[in-house]
Amino acid sequence: MKEKSLWKDALGRLIKDKWAFGSLIVVLTYSLIAVLSASGVIAQDWAKEVGASNLAPGSEYWFGTDIFGRDVFTKVLHGTKIAMSVGLMTALIAIPIGVTLGALAGYYGGWVDDFITWLYTTFSSIPNIMLLISITMILGKGIFSVYVALGATSWVTLCRLIRGEVIKHKEREYVQAAGAIGGSHFRKLFIHILPNVTHIIIINTSLQFQFAIKSEVILSYLGLGVQGEPSWGTMIDDAKLELTRGIWWQLAGATFAMFLVVLAFNLLGDALRDSLDPKLKGK
Amino acid sequence: MIKYIIRRLLYLIPVLLGVCFIIFILFNLVAGDPTAVLLGKNATAAQMIELREQLGLNKTLTEQYFDVVKSAFTFNFGHSWSTKQEISQMILRGAYPSLCLTLPAFIVATIFSLIIALVVAFYRGKGIDLFIRILCIAGVSISALAYILFFQYFFAFKFGWFEISGFEYGFPNFIPFVALPGIIFIILSLGPDVRFFRTVILDEIYQDYVRTARAKGLSDLSILLKHVLRNALIPIITYVIIQVPYLILGALLLENFFSIPGLGGITLNALNSSDFPVIKAMAILSSVLYILLSLFTDILYTFADPRVKLK
Repeated sequence: MKEKSLWKDALGRLIKDKWAFGSLIVVLTYSLIAVLSASGVIAQDWAKEVGASNLAPGSEYWFGTDIFGRDVFTKVLHGTKIAMSVGLMTALIAIPIGVTLGALAGYYGGWVDDFITWLYTTFSSIPNIMLLISITMILGKGIFSVYVALGATSWVTLCRLIRGEVIKHKEREYVQAAGAIGGSHFRKLFIHILPNVTHIIIINTSLQFQFAIKSEVILSYLGLGVQGEPSWGTMIDDAKLELTRGIWWQLAGATFAMFLVVLAFNLLGDALRDSLDPKLKGK
Repeated sequence: MIKYIIRRLLYLIPVLLGVCFIIFILFNLVAGDPTAVLLGKNATAAQMIELREQLGLNKTLTEQYFDVVKSAFTFNFGHSWSTKQEISQMILRGAYPSLCLTLPAFIVATIFSLIIALVVAFYRGKGIDLFIRILCIAGVSISALAYILFFQYFFAFKFGWFEISGFEYGFPNFIPFVALPGIIFIILSLGPDVRFFRTVILDEIYQDYVRTARAKGLSDLSILLKHVLRNALIPIITYVIIQVPYLILGALLLENFFSIPGLGGITLNALNSSDFPVIKAMAILSSVLYILLSLFTDILYTFADPRVKLK
Protein backbone atom coordinates (compact mmCIF):
# COMPACT_ATOMS: atom_id res chain seq x y z
CA MET A 1 0.00 0.00 0.00
CA LYS A 2 1.30 3.40 -0.93
CA GLU A 3 1.73 5.77 1.98
CA LYS A 4 0.17 9.18 1.51
CA SER A 5 2.08 12.22 2.72
CA LEU A 6 0.61 14.41 5.46
CA TRP A 7 -0.02 17.23 3.00
CA LYS A 8 -1.71 15.07 0.38
CA ASP A 9 -3.76 13.45 3.10
CA ALA A 10 -4.76 16.84 4.48
CA LEU A 11 -5.59 18.25 1.07
CA GLY A 12 -7.75 15.22 0.33
CA ARG A 13 -9.70 15.71 3.51
CA LEU A 14 -10.02 19.42 2.93
CA ILE A 15 -11.55 18.91 -0.51
CA LYS A 16 -13.95 16.28 0.80
CA ASP A 17 -15.20 18.72 3.43
CA LYS A 18 -17.79 20.72 1.49
CA TRP A 19 -17.68 23.75 3.80
CA ALA A 20 -13.91 23.95 3.73
CA PHE A 21 -13.77 23.53 -0.02
CA GLY A 22 -16.39 26.27 -0.47
CA SER A 23 -14.39 28.53 1.82
CA LEU A 24 -11.27 27.88 -0.20
CA ILE A 25 -13.13 28.89 -3.37
CA VAL A 26 -14.36 32.09 -1.70
CA VAL A 27 -10.84 32.99 -0.54
CA LEU A 28 -9.41 32.31 -3.99
CA THR A 29 -12.12 34.42 -5.64
CA TYR A 30 -11.42 37.34 -3.31
CA SER A 31 -7.70 36.98 -3.98
CA LEU A 32 -8.36 37.03 -7.72
CA ILE A 33 -10.52 40.17 -7.40
CA ALA A 34 -7.79 41.81 -5.31
CA VAL A 35 -5.08 40.94 -7.82
CA LEU A 36 -7.16 42.10 -10.79
CA SER A 37 -8.02 45.32 -8.98
CA ALA A 38 -4.40 45.94 -7.97
CA SER A 39 -3.15 45.35 -11.52
CA GLY A 40 -5.69 47.77 -12.93
CA VAL A 41 -7.94 45.35 -14.80
CA ILE A 42 -11.08 46.02 -12.75
CA ALA A 43 -12.46 48.64 -10.37
CA GLN A 44 -10.12 51.38 -11.63
CA ASP A 45 -13.03 53.68 -12.36
CA TRP A 46 -14.55 53.59 -8.88
CA ALA A 47 -14.40 57.39 -8.71
CA LYS A 48 -16.41 57.80 -11.94
CA GLU A 49 -19.92 59.12 -11.78
CA VAL A 50 -22.03 56.48 -13.47
CA GLY A 51 -25.56 57.57 -12.69
CA ALA A 52 -27.84 59.59 -10.45
CA SER A 53 -26.92 59.94 -6.81
CA ASN A 54 -28.15 57.38 -4.26
CA LEU A 55 -29.86 54.98 -6.65
CA ALA A 56 -31.24 51.87 -4.99
CA PRO A 57 -29.79 48.52 -6.07
CA GLY A 58 -31.19 47.36 -9.36
CA SER A 59 -30.35 45.39 -12.46
CA GLU A 60 -28.01 48.09 -13.75
CA TYR A 61 -26.16 48.90 -10.51
CA TRP A 62 -26.21 45.74 -8.43
CA PHE A 63 -25.36 47.46 -5.17
CA GLY A 64 -26.81 50.86 -6.10
CA THR A 65 -24.92 54.15 -6.27
CA ASP A 66 -23.53 56.45 -3.58
CA ILE A 67 -24.12 60.14 -2.96
CA PHE A 68 -21.81 61.15 -5.82
CA GLY A 69 -23.46 58.70 -8.21
CA ARG A 70 -20.57 56.25 -8.04
CA ASP A 71 -21.18 52.54 -8.42
CA VAL A 72 -21.17 50.91 -4.98
CA PHE A 73 -20.31 47.50 -6.43
CA THR A 74 -17.11 48.89 -7.95
CA LYS A 75 -16.27 50.50 -4.63
CA VAL A 76 -16.78 47.14 -2.90
CA LEU A 77 -14.38 45.54 -5.39
CA HIS A 78 -11.83 48.24 -4.69
CA GLY A 79 -12.34 47.70 -0.95
CA THR A 80 -11.59 44.02 -1.52
CA LYS A 81 -8.15 44.97 -2.76
CA ILE A 82 -7.50 47.07 0.35
CA ALA A 83 -8.76 44.38 2.73
CA MET A 84 -6.84 41.54 1.10
CA SER A 85 -3.66 43.63 0.89
CA VAL A 86 -3.88 44.33 4.61
CA GLY A 87 -4.27 40.61 5.33
CA LEU A 88 -1.36 39.73 3.06
CA MET A 89 1.02 42.42 4.30
CA THR A 90 0.23 41.59 7.92
CA ALA A 91 1.09 37.97 7.22
CA LEU A 92 4.28 38.97 5.38
CA ILE A 93 5.42 40.99 8.39
CA ALA A 94 4.19 38.67 11.12
CA ILE A 95 5.31 35.30 9.73
CA PRO A 96 9.07 35.97 9.33
CA ILE A 97 9.31 37.69 12.72
CA GLY A 98 7.07 35.26 14.59
CA VAL A 99 8.57 32.11 13.09
CA THR A 100 12.21 33.15 13.44
CA LEU A 101 11.90 34.41 17.00
CA GLY A 102 9.67 31.51 18.06
CA ALA A 103 12.01 28.93 16.53
CA LEU A 104 15.14 30.48 18.07
CA ALA A 105 13.52 30.76 21.51
CA GLY A 106 12.23 27.20 21.46
CA TYR A 107 15.41 25.66 20.07
CA TYR A 108 18.14 27.40 22.02
CA GLY A 109 16.37 27.95 25.34
CA GLY A 110 18.47 29.70 28.00
CA TRP A 111 18.90 33.44 27.77
CA VAL A 112 17.71 33.54 24.12
CA ASP A 113 14.42 32.06 25.25
CA ASP A 114 14.24 34.38 28.24
CA PHE A 115 14.78 37.40 26.05
CA ILE A 116 12.28 36.45 23.35
CA THR A 117 9.68 35.40 25.91
CA TRP A 118 10.13 38.75 27.60
CA LEU A 119 9.76 40.49 24.25
CA TYR A 120 6.45 38.90 23.32
CA THR A 121 5.09 39.12 26.86
CA THR A 122 5.82 42.83 26.72
CA PHE A 123 4.10 43.26 23.38
CA SER A 124 1.06 41.27 24.45
CA SER A 125 0.79 43.31 27.66
CA ILE A 126 -0.30 46.38 25.74
CA PRO A 127 -3.95 45.86 24.82
CA ASN A 128 -4.13 45.27 21.09
CA ILE A 129 -6.45 48.14 20.29
CA MET A 130 -4.27 50.66 22.14
CA LEU A 131 -1.14 49.49 20.31
CA LEU A 132 -2.97 49.63 16.96
CA ILE A 133 -4.30 53.13 17.65
CA SER A 134 -0.96 54.41 18.94
CA ILE A 135 1.07 53.12 16.01
CA THR A 136 -1.33 54.32 13.31
CA MET A 137 -1.66 57.72 14.96
CA ILE A 138 2.09 58.22 15.33
CA LEU A 139 3.07 56.96 11.90
CA GLY A 140 0.34 59.09 10.36
CA LYS A 141 -2.94 58.05 8.81
CA GLY A 142 -2.79 55.77 5.82
CA ILE A 143 -2.68 52.18 4.72
CA PHE A 144 1.05 51.85 5.37
CA SER A 145 0.56 52.57 9.07
CA VAL A 146 -2.18 49.95 9.18
CA TYR A 147 0.21 47.35 7.74
CA VAL A 148 2.89 48.18 10.30
CA ALA A 149 0.48 48.33 13.23
CA LEU A 150 -1.15 45.00 12.42
CA GLY A 151 2.20 43.39 11.65
CA ALA A 152 3.61 44.61 14.95
CA THR A 153 0.74 43.14 16.92
CA SER A 154 0.14 39.84 15.15
CA TRP A 155 3.57 38.18 15.27
CA VAL A 156 3.11 37.59 19.00
CA THR A 157 0.63 34.70 18.87
CA LEU A 158 2.57 32.95 16.12
CA CYS A 159 5.85 33.34 18.00
CA ARG A 160 4.38 31.78 21.13
CA LEU A 161 2.85 28.86 19.22
CA ILE A 162 6.02 28.13 17.23
CA ARG A 163 8.16 28.29 20.37
CA GLY A 164 5.94 25.73 22.10
CA GLU A 165 5.99 23.37 19.10
CA VAL A 166 9.77 23.63 18.62
CA ILE A 167 10.35 22.83 22.30
CA LYS A 168 8.32 19.65 21.82
CA HIS A 169 10.16 18.67 18.66
CA LYS A 170 13.79 19.39 19.55
CA GLU A 171 14.16 16.33 21.82
CA ARG A 172 12.56 13.94 19.33
CA GLU A 173 14.57 11.07 17.85
CA TYR A 174 14.63 12.45 14.31
CA VAL A 175 16.33 15.62 15.50
CA GLN A 176 18.79 13.65 17.60
CA ALA A 177 19.50 11.50 14.55
CA ALA A 178 20.10 14.57 12.44
CA GLY A 179 22.55 15.79 15.09
CA ALA A 180 24.27 12.39 15.26
CA ILE A 181 25.12 12.43 11.57
CA GLY A 182 26.70 15.84 12.01
CA GLY A 183 23.83 18.23 11.21
CA SER A 184 24.42 21.75 12.46
CA HIS A 185 22.02 23.62 14.70
CA PHE A 186 20.89 25.62 11.71
CA ARG A 187 20.23 22.46 9.73
CA LYS A 188 18.38 20.77 12.57
CA LEU A 189 16.20 23.78 13.19
CA PHE A 190 15.39 24.95 9.69
CA ILE A 191 15.62 21.76 7.60
CA HIS A 192 14.29 19.24 10.10
CA ILE A 193 12.11 20.88 12.72
CA LEU A 194 10.50 23.78 10.84
CA PRO A 195 8.79 21.67 8.14
CA ASN A 196 7.15 19.78 10.99
CA VAL A 197 5.61 22.89 12.47
CA THR A 198 4.47 24.50 9.20
CA HIS A 199 0.88 23.51 9.88
CA ILE A 200 0.87 25.90 12.85
CA ILE A 201 1.85 28.74 10.53
CA ILE A 202 -0.86 27.91 8.02
CA ILE A 203 -3.65 27.57 10.58
CA ASN A 204 -2.59 30.72 12.38
CA THR A 205 -2.29 32.74 9.19
CA SER A 206 -5.80 31.83 8.14
CA LEU A 207 -7.16 33.12 11.44
CA GLN A 208 -4.84 36.17 11.47
CA PHE A 209 -6.00 37.08 7.99
CA GLN A 210 -9.60 37.50 9.07
CA PHE A 211 -8.52 39.42 12.16
CA ALA A 212 -6.50 41.78 9.96
CA ILE A 213 -9.46 42.35 7.65
CA LYS A 214 -11.77 43.09 10.58
CA SER A 215 -9.21 45.44 12.13
CA GLU A 216 -8.65 47.30 8.86
CA VAL A 217 -12.38 47.96 8.60
CA ILE A 218 -12.47 49.39 12.12
CA LEU A 219 -9.27 51.44 11.71
CA SER A 220 -10.50 52.83 8.40
CA TYR A 221 -13.84 53.62 10.00
CA LEU A 222 -11.98 55.58 12.69
CA GLY A 223 -10.26 57.50 9.90
CA LEU A 224 -6.85 55.94 10.51
CA GLY A 225 -6.75 53.71 7.44
CA VAL A 226 -6.84 54.43 3.71
CA GLN A 227 -7.25 58.05 2.72
CA GLY A 228 -9.09 59.21 -0.36
CA GLU A 229 -9.99 55.74 -1.58
CA PRO A 230 -12.96 53.57 -0.72
CA SER A 231 -12.47 50.72 1.74
CA TRP A 232 -15.15 48.70 3.47
CA GLY A 233 -14.51 50.71 6.64
CA THR A 234 -14.91 54.12 5.03
CA MET A 235 -18.04 52.90 3.23
CA ILE A 236 -19.55 51.91 6.58
CA ASP A 237 -18.54 55.32 7.92
CA ASP A 238 -20.43 56.99 5.05
CA ALA A 239 -23.41 54.77 5.70
CA LYS A 240 -23.63 55.98 9.29
CA LEU A 241 -25.10 59.27 8.10
CA GLU A 242 -27.05 57.87 5.16
CA LEU A 243 -28.94 55.27 7.14
CA THR A 244 -31.44 57.70 8.64
CA ARG A 245 -32.44 58.65 5.09
CA GLY A 246 -33.10 55.00 4.29
CA ILE A 247 -29.96 54.49 2.21
CA TRP A 248 -28.79 51.08 3.31
CA TRP A 249 -26.98 49.64 0.30
CA GLN A 250 -23.52 51.00 0.98
CA LEU A 251 -23.60 49.48 4.47
CA ALA A 252 -25.06 46.23 3.17
CA GLY A 253 -22.55 45.94 0.34
CA ALA A 254 -19.49 46.50 2.51
CA THR A 255 -20.81 44.36 5.37
CA PHE A 256 -21.74 41.47 3.10
CA ALA A 257 -18.43 41.55 1.24
CA MET A 258 -16.57 41.46 4.53
CA PHE A 259 -18.85 38.85 6.08
CA LEU A 260 -18.29 36.38 3.26
CA VAL A 261 -14.49 36.51 3.29
CA VAL A 262 -14.13 36.59 7.09
CA LEU A 263 -16.52 33.65 7.37
CA ALA A 264 -14.50 31.78 4.74
CA PHE A 265 -11.23 32.37 6.60
CA ASN A 266 -12.82 31.31 9.89
CA LEU A 267 -14.21 28.08 8.43
CA LEU A 268 -10.98 27.43 6.56
CA GLY A 269 -8.92 27.97 9.71
CA ASP A 270 -11.06 25.48 11.62
CA ALA A 271 -10.97 22.96 8.78
CA LEU A 272 -7.20 23.33 8.40
CA ARG A 273 -6.76 22.70 12.10
CA ASP A 274 -8.86 19.55 11.89
CA SER A 275 -7.07 18.25 8.82
CA LEU A 276 -3.48 19.27 9.64
CA ASP A 277 -3.28 18.72 13.38
CA PRO A 278 -2.34 15.07 13.72
CA LYS A 279 -3.44 14.99 17.34
CA LEU A 280 -7.04 15.50 16.35
CA LYS A 281 -6.93 12.87 13.61
CA GLY A 282 -9.88 10.54 13.78
CA LYS A 283 -11.59 12.42 16.56
CA MET B 1 4.12 28.40 46.33
CA ILE B 2 5.37 31.56 48.04
CA LYS B 3 8.56 31.19 46.02
CA TYR B 4 6.59 30.97 42.80
CA ILE B 5 4.55 34.06 43.66
CA ILE B 6 7.69 36.03 44.51
CA ARG B 7 9.35 34.98 41.26
CA ARG B 8 6.23 35.93 39.38
CA LEU B 9 6.18 39.32 41.14
CA LEU B 10 9.80 39.97 40.22
CA TYR B 11 9.00 39.16 36.60
CA LEU B 12 6.62 42.13 36.61
CA ILE B 13 9.53 44.53 36.64
CA PRO B 14 11.15 43.69 33.28
CA VAL B 15 7.74 43.46 31.58
CA LEU B 16 6.64 46.82 32.93
CA LEU B 17 9.96 48.40 31.92
CA GLY B 18 9.55 46.82 28.49
CA VAL B 19 6.04 48.18 28.04
CA CYS B 20 7.26 51.63 29.04
CA PHE B 21 10.12 51.25 26.57
CA ILE B 22 7.77 50.49 23.66
CA ILE B 23 5.58 53.44 24.61
CA PHE B 24 8.64 55.64 24.99
CA ILE B 25 9.93 54.64 21.56
CA LEU B 26 6.56 55.32 19.96
CA PHE B 27 5.63 58.56 21.67
CA ASN B 28 9.01 60.13 22.45
CA LEU B 29 11.23 58.96 19.60
CA VAL B 30 9.06 58.17 16.58
CA ALA B 31 6.42 60.83 17.20
CA GLY B 32 9.02 63.59 17.17
CA ASP B 33 8.81 67.13 18.45
CA PRO B 34 5.22 68.37 18.76
CA THR B 35 5.97 71.99 19.65
CA ALA B 36 5.69 73.31 16.11
CA VAL B 37 2.29 71.67 15.70
CA LEU B 38 1.05 72.82 19.09
CA LEU B 39 2.01 76.47 18.73
CA GLY B 40 1.07 76.94 15.12
CA LYS B 41 3.17 78.58 12.44
CA ASN B 42 3.54 81.96 14.17
CA ALA B 43 5.49 80.59 17.11
CA THR B 44 8.63 82.36 18.21
CA ALA B 45 11.78 80.51 19.12
CA ALA B 46 11.42 81.59 22.75
CA GLN B 47 7.90 80.20 22.95
CA MET B 48 9.07 76.91 21.51
CA ILE B 49 11.86 76.61 24.05
CA GLU B 50 9.46 77.40 26.86
CA LEU B 51 6.92 74.81 25.70
CA ARG B 52 9.63 72.20 25.26
CA GLU B 53 10.61 72.77 28.85
CA GLN B 54 6.99 72.45 29.99
CA LEU B 55 6.57 69.17 28.16
CA GLY B 56 9.87 67.81 29.47
CA LEU B 57 11.35 67.54 25.99
CA ASN B 58 14.59 69.31 26.90
CA LYS B 59 15.53 66.42 29.16
CA THR B 60 17.85 63.68 27.97
CA LEU B 61 16.27 60.58 26.46
CA THR B 62 17.09 58.52 29.54
CA GLU B 63 15.29 61.03 31.73
CA GLN B 64 12.33 61.05 29.38
CA TYR B 65 12.19 57.26 29.56
CA PHE B 66 12.15 57.35 33.34
CA ASP B 67 9.34 59.91 33.19
CA VAL B 68 7.29 57.31 31.32
CA VAL B 69 8.14 54.65 33.92
CA LYS B 70 7.32 57.04 36.73
CA SER B 71 3.92 57.85 35.25
CA ALA B 72 3.11 54.11 35.25
CA PHE B 73 3.36 54.18 39.04
CA THR B 74 2.10 57.64 39.94
CA PHE B 75 -0.60 57.87 37.23
CA ASN B 76 0.48 61.45 36.78
CA PHE B 77 0.22 61.80 33.03
CA GLY B 78 0.36 65.56 32.70
CA HIS B 79 -2.21 67.61 30.82
CA SER B 80 -4.20 67.01 27.69
CA TRP B 81 -3.14 69.07 24.68
CA SER B 82 -6.63 69.77 23.47
CA THR B 83 -8.75 70.14 26.61
CA LYS B 84 -5.85 71.32 28.85
CA GLN B 85 -7.31 69.25 31.69
CA GLU B 86 -5.32 66.97 33.91
CA ILE B 87 -5.37 63.56 32.27
CA SER B 88 -5.71 61.53 35.47
CA GLN B 89 -8.85 63.54 36.28
CA MET B 90 -10.26 62.98 32.80
CA ILE B 91 -9.68 59.27 33.18
CA LEU B 92 -11.30 59.13 36.61
CA ARG B 93 -14.36 60.90 35.27
CA GLY B 94 -14.51 58.73 32.16
CA ALA B 95 -14.24 55.46 34.03
CA TYR B 96 -17.71 55.78 35.52
CA PRO B 97 -19.80 55.89 32.31
CA SER B 98 -17.56 53.21 30.76
CA LEU B 99 -18.06 50.83 33.65
CA CYS B 100 -21.81 51.52 33.79
CA LEU B 101 -21.95 50.25 30.23
CA THR B 102 -19.42 47.45 30.16
CA LEU B 103 -19.50 45.86 33.61
CA PRO B 104 -23.14 44.66 33.72
CA ALA B 105 -23.01 43.70 30.06
CA PHE B 106 -19.76 41.80 30.58
CA ILE B 107 -21.13 39.81 33.52
CA VAL B 108 -24.35 38.93 31.73
CA ALA B 109 -22.46 37.99 28.55
CA THR B 110 -20.08 35.70 30.45
CA ILE B 111 -22.86 33.87 32.32
CA PHE B 112 -24.95 33.50 29.15
CA SER B 113 -21.99 32.23 27.16
CA LEU B 114 -21.06 29.69 29.82
CA ILE B 115 -24.62 28.33 29.98
CA ILE B 116 -24.85 28.09 26.20
CA ALA B 117 -21.42 26.44 26.01
CA LEU B 118 -22.41 23.86 28.63
CA VAL B 119 -25.65 23.04 26.81
CA VAL B 120 -23.82 22.78 23.50
CA ALA B 121 -21.07 20.62 24.99
CA PHE B 122 -23.68 18.33 26.58
CA TYR B 123 -25.38 17.80 23.22
CA ARG B 124 -22.10 17.76 21.27
CA GLY B 125 -22.39 16.52 17.73
CA LYS B 126 -26.19 16.85 17.76
CA GLY B 127 -28.31 19.35 15.86
CA ILE B 128 -28.29 22.09 18.47
CA ASP B 129 -24.49 21.96 18.73
CA LEU B 130 -24.12 22.35 14.99
CA PHE B 131 -26.70 25.13 14.90
CA ILE B 132 -25.05 27.16 17.68
CA ARG B 133 -21.61 26.64 16.15
CA ILE B 134 -22.77 27.94 12.77
CA LEU B 135 -24.50 30.85 14.49
CA CYS B 136 -21.34 31.74 16.43
CA ILE B 137 -19.01 31.54 13.47
CA ALA B 138 -21.38 33.58 11.32
CA GLY B 139 -21.86 36.02 14.21
CA VAL B 140 -18.16 36.75 14.61
CA SER B 141 -17.79 37.23 10.85
CA ILE B 142 -20.06 40.28 10.77
CA SER B 143 -18.38 43.59 11.51
CA ALA B 144 -19.09 45.07 14.94
CA LEU B 145 -19.88 48.29 13.09
CA ALA B 146 -22.73 46.63 11.24
CA TYR B 147 -24.31 45.36 14.46
CA ILE B 148 -24.13 48.75 16.08
CA LEU B 149 -25.53 50.62 13.09
CA PHE B 150 -28.31 48.08 12.60
CA PHE B 151 -29.43 47.99 16.23
CA GLN B 152 -29.17 51.72 16.73
CA TYR B 153 -31.11 52.40 13.56
CA PHE B 154 -33.96 49.99 14.21
CA PHE B 155 -34.35 49.81 17.99
CA ALA B 156 -33.46 53.38 18.91
CA PHE B 157 -34.22 55.48 15.83
CA LYS B 158 -37.02 53.64 14.02
CA PHE B 159 -38.94 52.01 16.88
CA GLY B 160 -37.85 54.42 19.62
CA TRP B 161 -37.50 51.71 22.26
CA PHE B 162 -34.18 53.04 23.54
CA GLU B 163 -32.30 56.31 23.82
CA ILE B 164 -30.34 57.02 20.64
CA SER B 165 -27.41 58.63 22.43
CA GLY B 166 -26.26 60.47 25.52
CA PHE B 167 -25.66 59.67 29.16
CA GLU B 168 -26.85 60.66 32.62
CA TYR B 169 -24.95 60.15 35.84
CA GLY B 170 -26.39 58.43 38.90
CA PHE B 171 -27.94 55.02 39.45
CA PRO B 172 -31.22 54.45 37.81
CA ASN B 173 -30.77 57.39 35.44
CA PHE B 174 -28.06 55.83 33.31
CA ILE B 175 -29.93 52.60 32.60
CA PRO B 176 -31.96 53.78 29.57
CA PHE B 177 -28.77 55.11 28.00
CA VAL B 178 -26.67 52.00 28.47
CA ALA B 179 -29.41 49.44 27.80
CA LEU B 180 -29.08 49.21 24.03
CA PRO B 181 -25.28 49.50 23.83
CA GLY B 182 -25.18 46.90 26.63
CA ILE B 183 -27.34 44.52 24.62
CA ILE B 184 -25.10 45.01 21.59
CA PHE B 185 -22.04 44.38 23.81
CA ILE B 186 -23.58 41.08 24.95
CA ILE B 187 -24.40 40.01 21.39
CA LEU B 188 -20.88 40.89 20.24
CA SER B 189 -19.36 38.87 23.10
CA LEU B 190 -21.51 35.76 22.72
CA GLY B 191 -19.88 34.47 19.52
CA PRO B 192 -16.22 34.43 20.60
CA ASP B 193 -17.04 33.50 24.22
CA VAL B 194 -19.23 30.51 23.40
CA ARG B 195 -16.67 29.22 20.90
CA PHE B 196 -13.85 29.48 23.42
CA PHE B 197 -15.80 27.99 26.33
CA ARG B 198 -17.05 25.12 24.18
CA THR B 199 -13.51 24.23 23.05
CA VAL B 200 -12.23 24.32 26.63
CA ILE B 201 -15.07 22.16 27.92
CA LEU B 202 -14.68 19.65 25.09
CA ASP B 203 -10.94 19.42 25.80
CA GLU B 204 -11.83 18.22 29.28
CA ILE B 205 -14.59 15.85 28.19
CA TYR B 206 -12.08 13.56 26.47
CA GLN B 207 -9.86 13.23 29.58
CA ASP B 208 -9.43 9.94 31.40
CA TYR B 209 -11.07 11.11 34.61
CA VAL B 210 -14.32 11.63 32.74
CA ARG B 211 -14.22 8.04 31.56
CA THR B 212 -13.58 6.91 35.11
CA ALA B 213 -16.48 8.98 36.40
CA ARG B 214 -18.72 7.48 33.76
CA ALA B 215 -17.48 3.98 34.55
CA LYS B 216 -18.46 4.35 38.16
CA GLY B 217 -21.96 5.18 37.07
CA LEU B 218 -22.30 8.96 37.29
CA SER B 219 -24.79 10.57 34.96
CA ASP B 220 -23.51 12.65 32.07
CA LEU B 221 -25.05 15.79 33.51
CA SER B 222 -23.41 15.49 36.91
CA ILE B 223 -20.05 14.69 35.28
CA LEU B 224 -20.37 17.84 33.19
CA LEU B 225 -21.32 20.10 36.06
CA LYS B 226 -19.23 18.59 38.86
CA HIS B 227 -16.06 17.37 37.17
CA VAL B 228 -15.67 18.91 33.75
CA LEU B 229 -16.80 22.41 34.60
CA ARG B 230 -14.53 22.61 37.63
CA ASN B 231 -11.48 21.69 35.56
CA ALA B 232 -12.46 23.87 32.63
CA LEU B 233 -12.92 26.80 34.98
CA ILE B 234 -9.17 27.54 35.09
CA PRO B 235 -8.78 28.55 31.43
CA ILE B 236 -12.22 30.15 31.52
CA ILE B 237 -11.31 32.38 34.48
CA THR B 238 -8.05 33.38 32.79
CA TYR B 239 -9.89 34.26 29.60
CA VAL B 240 -12.46 36.30 31.51
CA ILE B 241 -10.01 38.22 33.72
CA ILE B 242 -7.70 39.08 30.85
CA GLN B 243 -10.61 40.89 29.20
CA VAL B 244 -11.04 43.36 32.06
CA PRO B 245 -8.58 45.99 30.66
CA TYR B 246 -10.81 46.16 27.64
CA LEU B 247 -13.75 46.96 29.92
CA ILE B 248 -11.94 49.91 31.40
CA LEU B 249 -11.08 51.07 27.91
CA GLY B 250 -14.78 50.96 27.41
CA ALA B 251 -16.38 49.61 24.35
CA LEU B 252 -14.61 52.09 22.12
CA LEU B 253 -17.01 51.90 19.20
CA LEU B 254 -20.16 51.62 21.30
CA GLU B 255 -19.31 54.72 23.29
CA ASN B 256 -18.57 56.52 20.05
CA PHE B 257 -21.89 55.63 18.42
CA PHE B 258 -23.98 56.28 21.52
CA SER B 259 -22.10 59.43 22.63
CA ILE B 260 -21.31 58.01 26.05
CA PRO B 261 -18.62 60.20 27.67
CA GLY B 262 -16.49 57.26 28.83
CA LEU B 263 -12.88 56.30 28.36
CA GLY B 264 -13.51 54.93 24.89
CA GLY B 265 -14.97 58.30 23.94
CA ILE B 266 -12.00 60.12 25.48
CA THR B 267 -9.62 57.90 23.53
CA LEU B 268 -11.37 58.50 20.23
CA ASN B 269 -11.61 62.25 20.79
CA ALA B 270 -7.90 62.30 21.56
CA LEU B 271 -7.33 60.32 18.40
CA ASN B 272 -9.21 62.84 16.29
CA SER B 273 -7.41 65.83 17.79
CA SER B 274 -3.97 64.13 17.78
CA ASP B 275 -3.89 64.51 21.55
CA PHE B 276 -0.80 62.33 22.11
CA PRO B 277 -0.52 62.53 25.92
CA VAL B 278 -4.05 61.19 26.38
CA ILE B 279 -3.46 58.21 24.08
CA LYS B 280 -0.12 57.62 25.78
CA ALA B 281 -1.79 57.69 29.20
CA MET B 282 -4.50 55.27 28.08
CA ALA B 283 -1.86 52.92 26.65
CA ILE B 284 0.18 52.97 29.88
CA LEU B 285 -2.86 52.62 32.11
CA SER B 286 -4.40 49.72 30.21
CA SER B 287 -1.04 47.92 30.03
CA VAL B 288 -0.43 48.27 33.77
CA LEU B 289 -3.90 46.92 34.40
CA TYR B 290 -3.29 44.02 32.03
CA ILE B 291 0.01 43.14 33.72
CA LEU B 292 -1.52 43.22 37.20
CA LEU B 293 -4.48 41.12 36.14
CA SER B 294 -2.34 38.48 34.48
CA LEU B 295 -0.31 38.32 37.70
CA PHE B 296 -3.57 37.86 39.57
CA THR B 297 -4.69 34.99 37.31
CA ASP B 298 -1.31 33.29 37.65
CA ILE B 299 -1.56 33.43 41.43
CA LEU B 300 -5.14 32.18 41.22
CA TYR B 301 -3.78 29.26 39.23
CA THR B 302 -1.52 28.15 42.06
CA PHE B 303 -4.54 27.89 44.32
CA ALA B 304 -6.72 26.14 41.78
CA ASP B 305 -4.08 23.75 40.43
CA PRO B 306 -1.36 22.58 42.85
CA ARG B 307 0.73 21.25 39.96
CA VAL B 308 1.68 24.80 38.92
CA LYS B 309 4.00 25.38 41.88
CA LEU B 310 6.16 22.41 40.86
CA LYS B 311 7.44 24.32 37.86
